[in-house]
Amino acid sequence: MKLTLKIWRQNQGAATGAIKEYPIDGVSSDMSFLEMLDLLNENLVHAGEEPVAFDSDCREGICGMCSLMINGQAHGPEVTTTCQLHMRSFKDGDTITIEPWRSSVFPIVKDLVVDRSAFDRIIQNGGYISVNTGSAPEANAAPVPRPKAQRSFNTATCIGCGACVAACPNGSASLFLGAKITHLGELPQGQPERYERVTSMVAQHDHEGFGGCTNIGECASACPKEIPLDVIAQLNKDLRTAIKQGH
Amino acid sequence: MASSTKDLSGLYATNEASVQKSDDAAGYYTLGENVVDPSAPTGVIADRWTNTKFTNALVNPANRRKLNVIIVGTGLAGGAAAATLGEAGYNVKVFCYQDSPRRAHSIAAQGGINAAKNYKEDGDSVYRLFYDTVKGGDYRARESNVYRLAQESVNIIDQCVAQGVPFAREYGGLLDNRSFGGVQVSRTFYARGQTGQQLLLGAYQALERQVAAGTVEQFTRHEMLEVVIVDGKARGIITRDMVTGAIDTHTADVVVLASGGYSNVYYLSTNAMGSNVTAAWRAHRKGAYMANPCYTQIHPTCIPVTGAHQSKLTLMSESLRNDGRVWVPKKAEDCDKHPSDIAEDDRDYFLERIYPSFGNLVPRDIASRAAKYMCDEGRGVGPQIEEPDGQGGKRMMRRGVYLDLTAAIARLGKDKIEEKYDNLLDMYARITGEDPYQVPMRIYPAVHYVMGGLWVGYDLQTNIEGLYCTGEANFSDHGANRLGASALMQGLSDGYFVLPNTIRDYLAKGPFEEISEDHPAVLQARQEVEERVAKFLSIQGTQTAESFHKQLGHIMWEYCGMERTEEGLKTAIAKIRELKRSFWSDLKVLGKGEELNQDLEKAGRVIDFIELGELMCIDALNRRESCGGHFRAESQTPEGEALRHDDEFAYVAAWGWGGDEGGAQTPVLHKEDLIYTAIEMKQRSYK
Ligand SMILES: Cc1cc2nc3c(=O)[nH]c(=O)nc-3n(C[C@H](O)[C@H](O)[C@H](O)COP(=O)(O)OP(=O)(O)OC[C@H]3O[C@@H](n4cnc5c(N)ncnc54)[C@H](O)[C@@H]3O)c2cc1C
Ligand code: SF4
Ligand code: FES
Repeated sequence: MKLTLKIWRQNQGAATGAIKEYPIDGVSSDMSFLEMLDLLNENLVHAGEEPVAFDSDCREGICGMCSLMINGQAHGPEVTTTCQLHMRSFKDGDTITIEPWRSSVFPIVKDLVVDRSAFDRIIQNGGYISVNTGSAPEANAAPVPRPKAQRSFNTATCIGCGACVAACPNGSASLFLGAKITHLGELPQGQPERYERVTSMVAQHDHEGFGGCTNIGECASACPKEIPLDVIAQLNKDLRTAIKQGH
Repeated sequence: MASSTKDLSGLYATNEASVQKSDDAAGYYTLGENVVDPSAPTGVIADRWTNTKFTNALVNPANRRKLNVIIVGTGLAGGAAAATLGEAGYNVKVFCYQDSPRRAHSIAAQGGINAAKNYKEDGDSVYRLFYDTVKGGDYRARESNVYRLAQESVNIIDQCVAQGVPFAREYGGLLDNRSFGGVQVSRTFYARGQTGQQLLLGAYQALERQVAAGTVEQFTRHEMLEVVIVDGKARGIITRDMVTGAIDTHTADVVVLASGGYSNVYYLSTNAMGSNVTAAWRAHRKGAYMANPCYTQIHPTCIPVTGAHQSKLTLMSESLRNDGRVWVPKKAEDCDKHPSDIAEDDRDYFLERIYPSFGNLVPRDIASRAAKYMCDEGRGVGPQIEEPDGQGGKRMMRRGVYLDLTAAIARLGKDKIEEKYDNLLDMYARITGEDPYQVPMRIYPAVHYVMGGLWVGYDLQTNIEGLYCTGEANFSDHGANRLGASALMQGLSDGYFVLPNTIRDYLAKGPFEEISEDHPAVLQARQEVEERVAKFLSIQGTQTAESFHKQLGHIMWEYCGMERTEEGLKTAIAKIRELKRSFWSDLKVLGKGEELNQDLEKAGRVIDFIELGELMCIDALNRRESCGGHFRAESQTPEGEALRHDDEFAYVAAWGWGGDEGGAQTPVLHKEDLIYTAIEMKQRSYK
């Protein structure tokens, strides 16, 4: 296939960047989106132009490192990560616009690479169960009913990619927060710190400058792991209880 | 050479020290002193670890915060160790090249983690897990290490459940298990097809808790490029801040490398794009031994290659072999037919046919070779792919076999299969554009894991004092072939339980003399890094780092892949030396060093891979026997199975850096005899 790529180029440290246009040929429909960008980069280097910087690592949809707004959508037109998006989702002759994640809390480092360290800081503020190594009880001591175990698992699959934030008109990270709150909150092990956890994580979220949630739902439709919107309801419910209990 | 004196357990060692008779690699290396593990425990195998923990020195809690530990890597091995050492009160700095510790490659592990919990009452025990693992490693692993691994496996599950890892559960709320290749009991704990992700998130959360507590300082997007050695002891590292390009010095009392595996030496592998050997290789060049580098694990169930554009291969967890039957057409003419048009009678379920007692669950090396042979015979399925024919020409071959879930779907229902494997099948559908519920999946072996790595003793210390190595980056626990679900076990066992207990014996020797940033050894290491970076940028040739990597990958897969021969390995060494020369004269990297520069990062990793590739081939050439993932065509049984030569090769090959004169390495071979006291070495059979 032949495509026209419109890519956000931003020098490191520069206050702003610009869209640049690159034609590309020889794209196969079996390629992943990132392999298509690899091809572009090889071409660029041979032509003496600096390659486009973008993040990726596992390239199998699990590490959360890849990002990209593709034609205005986080991770592009399908419910998956950018690394798992394949060129068969596009047609010969298409023009594709590629930009970095949109959020002031994820500042641009260079070209398409952004800084998502705010997510680590949210986890640092309570996104864990406090258990010292070696002091754990026998694993089967606390049975977990299957429906709870499943809901916990389903929300634990969040890969921390940030697509929810990039897609949200308010720049809220509530889906990411709600996923972690629900993952730990559904388990017996998560109960002792449940309410402390939600207040401190939300406080960090707000302190970072993420926006508030107004139930638009763009996050859940952009989420490659299909984290359900109701984790935000869970988040709010836990937060209300926490406040009532004076946490 | 070890003599056959009685072990403290009152037993004789079962194997006499080996005497190598053949030497295919003569001229490529020099022979050094034998290596002996100074920390090797003695006594009854079941008590060795308990005794070690007891006799290792303690560090007073008040003194711990004065001791500084550097850990490179935030995967299961590094993340768990950093969290645990931080929690114990040491002053820890942890590094990773990704933007968050949570993205370490461990996150991609799919299938599960073994533990000898015997929840199924199917005859499992610590001893059986130990036995299976030593046998699965083709008797090339260290017995004491593996026993300890089996013992700690039980604690790992407790620890992870307490952290909130959502393992699969039965209806009664208790933990569920499944089986994996190479064993006949059900001891694998899993979280659907995302076990590694869930385990890593557990370790990551524990780590972030320590970051918040101030015991651990984390450095993301930092690549370690050199180790600092002062008076023979590891005292720090040199890193490059991948965002600003700043070259920084970090000193410490002890350095731990937990930097993962190097399968990307093959270019295409199931590893993450950034996985690399740099940390281990830089340490090797500073004197750390690299052990058994040629032991590569080829995983039988990966999605086949589709074309030259491909950047990585994707694994389909072998747990699918619990429910999937592997087959190819009996007749080559049927290969281009739709699978549903091939009658049951015309299908060859080759694993069930050749290995009736293990069937589709034979270990990975056996399943992989069997699949390759079916395709070599012309009975592969899927599109025809161009490949070298070994005579310098090209040929078209089909490289795929079916992994068929049809019978399981009929038996258990689509829902049950979806629940067991969910994202794996979605992933397959996404990559291939085919629906695995409708059409049998196509799979082919791919490079997946390395059993080789830095040599370490029982205490996980390399031969350099104060330099430790854990997880996939070390060599110790898997022998020649890692069984499924045992790498995660090793990572967490090393990280949570072993290293914290062994390293304190070293740290108890502190306080250590302070090393200033302008100590000559520090300055020199720093200068080496700066000069390398400048060199990559100054060559200004015509070929990209990426293209050198691809060329290396072709050489390695062709000559040091699933099957190795003396002639092929010699060819490979010559080609790699040639490649190294053109790298240093024709590399092209644009941009600057003082900014985020992904091609520059890549260049550094690729040249380290090239040098490692040369050593891997020399190691493979020396070892004229077949064991596990290392198959030398010259050494096979009349039925074509791997044939070990315990009389010659029952040793760990620990290679010392011997310099690189005129583009040719001459490594120094140090042998560590493998002594078994609890297990008798047998020919492995899965028939
Ligand atoms: C697709 C796949 C599926 C797998 N499935 C299973 C399974 O089901 N069961 C099982 O037991 N095993 C499985 N494995 C194997 C297992 O996942 C790995 O062996 C294990 O996770 C390795 O863990 P680690 O902590 O040693 O290294 P990794 O998780 O690879 O971590 C390496 C760390 O080192 C850092 N690093 C590396 N180099 C540098 C440097 N120079 N400077 C700074 N930081 C650096 C990285 O940033 C990273 O944090 C699988 C592997 C793959 C590829
Ligand atoms: S909730 Fe979904 S979109 Fe948001 S970070 Fe997690 S996986 Fe990504
Ligand atoms: S690169 Fe890991 S999720 Fe895309």
